[in-house]
Amino acid sequence: MEKRHIEEHFYKILMMLSAAVVVASLGLILATVFIKGLPALKLDMLIKTPQGGYYIGKGGGILNAIVGSLVLGLGATFLALLVSLPVVFYLHLYLRRNSKRAVAVRFFLDVLWGIPSIVYGAFGFTIMMFFGLPASLLAGIITVALLIIPIMSRSMDEVMRMIPFELTETCFALGSTRWETATKVIFRQALPGIVTAILIAFGRGIGDAASVLFTAGFTDSLPYSLFKPVATLPLAIFFQLGTPFPEVQDRGYASALVATMIVLFISIISRFLSKRFTKNIVK
Amino acid sequence: MNIRILKDRIAERASFVLCACVVSFAFLMGLSLYCRARPVLAAVGLKAVLFSTFWHPSQSQFGLLSFIVGTLWVTAIAMAIAVPLSIMTAVYLSEYCTRRTQEFFKPIIDLLAGISPVIYGFWGLAAVVPLVRDHLMPFCSRHMPFFPFKSDNYTGFSALTGGIVLAVMVFPVIIAIVGEVLKTVPASIKEASFALGATRWQTIRRVVLRKAGVGIIAAIMLGLSRAFGETIAVLMVAGCALGIMPKSIFDPAYPLPALIANTYGEMMSIPLYDAAVLLAAFILLVVTAVFNIVGWSILLRVEREIQY
Repeated sequence: MEKRHIEEHFYKILMMLSAAVVVASLGLILATVFIKGLPALKLDMLIKTPQGGYYIGKGGGILNAIVGSLVLGLGATFLALLVSLPVVFYLHLYLRRNSKRAVAVRFFLDVLWGIPSIVYGAFGFTIMMFFGLPASLLAGIITVALLIIPIMSRSMDEVMRMIPFELTETCFALGSTRWETATKVIFRQALPGIVTAILIAFGRGIGDAASVLFTAGFTDSLPYSLFKPVATLPLAIFFQLGTPFPEVQDRGYASALVATMIVLFISIISRFLSKRFTKNIVK
Repeated sequence: MNIRILKDRIAERASFVLCACVVSFAFLMGLSLYCRARPVLAAVGLKAVLFSTFWHPSQSQFGLLSFIVGTLWVTAIAMAIAVPLSIMTAVYLSEYCTRRTQEFFKPIIDLLAGISPVIYGFWGLAAVVPLVRDHLMPFCSRHMPFFPFKSDNYTGFSALTGGIVLAVMVFPVIIAIVGEVLKTVPASIKEASFALGATRWQTIRRVVLRKAGVGIIAAIMLGLSRAFGETIAVLMVAGCALGIMPKSIFDPAYPLPALIANTYGEMMSIPLYDAAVLLAAFILLVVTAVFNIVGWSILLRVEREIQY
């Protein structure tokens, strides 16, 4: 066999191996979570709030963290949606697609996407100090919303880029304003993608721990006020794994399983929904 | 004026304002962190903060050097693992695989990107720490007792552990961006190379990688900035012992983001402490922003090139 053919096989096998490593690492993570978490998962954990001394091995569950994360995630996603949707419409209808301004806004969003979440957390903390706000659900929602705005708007932006420009032109030709085109035509056409973007952002929002560490605080009770601290699932996992007690660590494993299930659930739902909302789409 | 047009105008103004807010927010973040960090710069000085290893907040000693070095170790290890693996995976996916295999890989990459950092940390605790403690560390200290492997830290919580976990977190970033970059390589130049009798690998090495080279560098920079700022997962597995300057991949490392996350409870208790911690956040912001700005500028250039 020629040398270059040997080389070809060598590198092909090398590349296959590296792809296998990537797949295997995901498999290993999921396997670890399930193997460690499944035996430790009990119904009590899901339906009870922590009782006194939970973190040294007393009874209770992580309902406070699950509910807290969902409330915080929903609030942040809603807030981020309020900003992202107009921004994306502005980029696509009010500006020409590749105008300088549109490119600049996209560039800033990309850069903001790359800023680590701990920096968002520290920034949220400085805002809180400025306004004299304590660690609270509200501060957490605002910080996480800031964190997921770039993610949400860039994902929506990519979807809108796929929409043929002829569709917009058709609307303009029929005499509709840009606002009407945006809300009545483009929005529907992009709906599956928008739903996916929202779910991605939601998943990122409830999964992040570093940004809520400063801003949302932690508590043992269910969230009941915007101005009180709120527990979040990632932090609950972090604290439980950080204790030296094996039974508490076991609960940490179970909580990790819960968090992973939520992420898996979201990714399955987003696949399912993006097929569902295609009713109004012009192909 | 017609009410419809009025609505349209209002919507235009409102969404413009929102856009401006998002853009100015990037500057606001830098500005507010800088303002908060200024007291420590005024009291101690930038040089003393960056190049001193003494971190004793109670004595107003805020040397960040050992944390910066810790960040560099962990990031370097992560990139050494992640860069070759993810570039080869991305090349394999885009050059050798069928559409169906690519469709199979897409949710895997998405899921890797979507899993919470805490879960990565958990995986590190449960799987990578024992691996390093029971296998890699004894093996290396027996057979390779020299510079980057020599250490007396037998706990398994080390820069290497953090690096391995970070590498997996960086995979999806680099794979996705390199995949996008490889899509921009025109099929015609690949076909020209095949027509001249080159094998697939020869085409990849001499044509595709050369054409996509700049974009791949951008992808590496973006992956690097992700690894640089990752907090919780590293905090859980990298050891984070104060006052240790890591000299080996098996030494514990205490990266900057972990420092910020670890001190949130106590930093208001000592004067200047909060300023020093927020200065660390400001440094992180500047470094990641620079990497991102350069990386995305390169990618913007690559994208423009195809349009014309």
